[in-house]
Amino acid sequence: MILGLDVGGTHTDVVFLSQKGVQKHVKVPTQSDNLFKSVLSGFTLILEDVDPGRIQRVVISTTLTTNAIVQQTVTPVGMIVSAGPGIDPENFRTGDHYYAVGGSINHRGREIEPINEMEIQRVGEKFKKAGIEYVGVVSKFCVRNPSHEILIERILNKQFKQIFLGHHVSGNLNFPRRIATTYMNAAVYPLHKEFFQAVEQSLEEMGLTVPIQILKADGGTMTLEASMDFPAQTVLSGPAASIMGAIPYAPEGHDAVVLDIGGTTTDIAFLVDKTPLLEPVGIQRGGYKSLIRSLRTVSKGIGGDSALRVNDDGNLTVGPDRMGPAMAFGGSVPTPTDALVVLGLMETGEQGRARQGIKSIADQLGMAEKEAAEHIFKICCNIILKKTFEMIDALNAKPVYTVHDFLEGYKFSPDTILLMGGPARFFAKKIQDMYQLETIAVPYASVANAIGAALARTTCEVTVNADTEQGVVTAHEEDFAEPVSKSFSKDDLLETAYSLLKDKAKNAGADPDTLNEVEMVEFQEFNIVRNFSPKGKIFRTKIQLKPGLIHGYESMLNRQALEN
Amino acid sequence: MLNAPHKTGLVFFPAFDWAIDPTHPEREERLLYTQDQVREEGVFDVPEIIEYKPEIVTPKDIQRAHFCVPDEQTVTTESHLISAGGAKAIANAVMLNEVKNGFALVRPPGHHSMRVTHGGRGFCHINIEAIMVEYIRSQFGVKRIAVIDTDCHHGDGSDDIFWHDPDVLFISLHQDGRTMYPGTGFPRDLGGPNAKGSNLNIPLPPGTSTKGYLYVIENCVLPVLEAFKPDLVVNSAGQDNHYTDPLTNMNFSAQGYARLTDMLKPDIAVLEGGYAIEGALPYVNLGIILAMAGIDYSGVVEPDYNPERLKQSVSITDNIKRTCDQIMTYWGQRYELREAAGEPGQIMTRHREVFYDTDNIFDRQKEKIRVCRDCGGSFEVDSKATPGNHILGVHIPINACKACREQGYEFYDQADNTKYQRIYLQDRTTDVYEVKQ
Repeated sequence: MILGLDVGGTHTDVVFLSQKGVQKHVKVPTQSDNLFKSVLSGFTLILEDVDPGRIQRVVISTTLTTNAIVQQTVTPVGMIVSAGPGIDPENFRTGDHYYAVGGSINHRGREIEPINEMEIQRVGEKFKKAGIEYVGVVSKFCVRNPSHEILIERILNKQFKQIFLGHHVSGNLNFPRRIATTYMNAAVYPLHKEFFQAVEQSLEEMGLTVPIQILKADGGTMTLEASMDFPAQTVLSGPAASIMGAIPYAPEGHDAVVLDIGGTTTDIAFLVDKTPLLEPVGIQRGGYKSLIRSLRTVSKGIGGDSALRVNDDGNLTVGPDRMGPAMAFGGSVPTPTDALVVLGLMETGEQGRARQGIKSIADQLGMAEKEAAEHIFKICCNIILKKTFEMIDALNAKPVYTVHDFLEGYKFSPDTILLMGGPARFFAKKIQDMYQLETIAVPYASVANAIGAALARTTCEVTVNADTEQGVVTAHEEDFAEPVSKSFSKDDLLETAYSLLKDKAKNAGADPDTLNEVEMVEFQEFNIVRNFSPKGKIFRTKIQLKPGLIHGYESMLNRQALEN
Repeated sequence: MLNAPHKTGLVFFPAFDWAIDPTHPEREERLLYTQDQVREEGVFDVPEIIEYKPEIVTPKDIQRAHFCVPDEQTVTTESHLISAGGAKAIANAVMLNEVKNGFALVRPPGHHSMRVTHGGRGFCHINIEAIMVEYIRSQFGVKRIAVIDTDCHHGDGSDDIFWHDPDVLFISLHQDGRTMYPGTGFPRDLGGPNAKGSNLNIPLPPGTSTKGYLYVIENCVLPVLEAFKPDLVVNSAGQDNHYTDPLTNMNFSAQGYARLTDMLKPDIAVLEGGYAIEGALPYVNLGIILAMAGIDYSGVVEPDYNPERLKQSVSITDNIKRTCDQIMTYWGQRYELREAAGEPGQIMTRHREVFYDTDNIFDRQKEKIRVCRDCGGSFEVDSKATPGNHILGVHIPINACKACREQGYEFYDQADNTKYQRIYLQDRTTDVYEVKQ
């Protein structure tokens, strides 16, 4: 028995799943100023007639950290960055308490310039004076050699509540993103900690004592305990929950697109053989870029409540803004939802008001009312699909770095579209007719996000580098470094990587029988040659426990969908 | 967040699975540390820096610049096609105005490949800049192009391909040929009779530092560019003038390369050589990228950079000044030199030998060109490679006049079938390439 809860912008959805399928689902309004209350009332409602002792798994996805970052209600953080040669680190300033200090490490992880202890102490004193309690420390190339970060932490020794180090964030190279991500982890930490401690306590009072799992942006889960080191990983877990909820209905062995059509926006995501594609480096939305592992999603400003207008050229425009609900539901501006009502597809809402809205558009377009509604519907499908195909082209144009990858380049080509969100079932048939692509409205579309959260399994990745010239194998993200001999091989590297991943997954709460879902994301091997003679080898690998669903629930969800 | 003042395209193709042989300088590892530096700096996250996927060039693309002997497939591997395709992708992005300028960070390089190519010379099989330039002319109708080769080795392949072309200004700055492979590229080498002065070769003494290098750019390259008024500037951006390069003896720096790029303002830069893969390339490439994008590059400094130690001697400074003066004199006399080279309609003959160090081939060439004041002039090249084939290649330039065009077809039609294994026709006026066996 599993509980999944997803706090969305307007609703909080909770599902109760057993091996037989969805047993119960509830929806409560989200109180954006009191998410704790929304979570609590969701759990209270679902547990009304369920014995909490039977629950084996609880997964929560919230907008807590996302909101805090968007509304800038985060804790002030003192940042210390050590850059060395390259782009001026001033460009990556996170706020007032940001100091670029000396010290430098090069791309092979060799120290070029040491850390100046006095300088760090002076910065520490400034932080203390400013009342800073949380500190982030990032050095360039710390993923090759974190010793400067560790030294700075030691110098600041216990003067602060918590110090976050850049090399723990990710094994990926990207100094500016590492600064942003380390900052974010520190900035949302107190909020995240306080919130989930309160949730944990309340659930305990309700008799729910299983460890809480928290959904991450990459569609995987981690334990509450593991989340304390990386609270920013919970950012944008909402879209991830929805995508995970579509997976049970995705075709095996084929590519599929997930379209989540909401009120204001449509989110687009991609599945290859039921596995969602990840952002190559980390979350990026607009100017905001991080190293947080995330599902690859794109948002387009079009949804059921997008404002409809006719521009000066006499053409229909849809969105990207929302001026309130559809006219059929008390709004003042016609929307695509009104078109659905006029076409008789949607049976709720006030038919009269919807017709009034669509008529105003129809008059401007010089069309009959029904014709205009049909036109609006088609244009919406067009816009969404056009954006989808653009994204697929962008995906397939991704640069590759080897001749082999260039020649073997995998082309993403979906044969199925999975539709989610309120108006999904109305759009499914239309899109299928227009584009001749199998289009499925995901069953339980209104709570598929909570189902996605409930069934998401633990994900994690490790990055391991070996440099036999320097005689060392490292995974600094995991605080791992060991000496190696010149005969260290690819097999040795992979063995090290697998064992590190296993430990990491276990600590993050992974179910032992999903541990075989490991995938090698990257592998590179190079000879180091100096003065025309081989000096050693460089090996690099990244392996991951890929996003997916826990075993034993998919087939019954499909069966249940057929029966309904 | 870091923003750049304009859009810059980048093709990054390190060909991590291709090497001439495992310990050769042109090997898999060459751009590894550059990739690390560029990734760690977050360069691809600058919204105005746009990464493009390389294309793959077709035989048709190669046939505009080369006579591949016996054919394109035999001379190249996929890596060469993708490397040239990287330059082509950047050319497309720049010409379609998707970006203001672009840098193709590709390998293997190409500037030692000549018009007739029997195999590998100086790590090059096909000339990636020349293929790109000919593509740009055919596809986008660009007329005047300048190619500035700042690799430490004489760009003898490009020098050869553009030798007779008055519409392509080719300038090579390189370590003096008396001290360095390929041993050519002296100030008096000014191009063919119809194009004197449109090739400029500027040899620099070993030990030339940033100061000397930038002196040449400022006092020679920029004034010549100003006078030539190209529609497009291409930089063959070799990075082996660096003070740590294992194959050369120069004292150039990352700051110097960035400054050079800033002064030259190329529309397209294409990576050529550069073999100090750990101590130089990561910084030099970063410096060039930032300079192309218009981002502050003052912080891009090699860890062991010491300008005092790299200072050039007074005699080197004097030597460079003298060379520059000489080049500027030749440039000023270019039209007189063309007049003096021969009478229009006259056929001139040139003999030369080309050695392929990578593939150990010796090529003996005899070239005949029609002297012309109206176009670059058609020519034929008789090329006999040992070991290898004996071929004849006929080239009709893209803007050929009627007389030269007729002359080209006369060369082709009258070629002795029994003498050559293959006879090639490269008619750039109609973009036609034919082979007779």
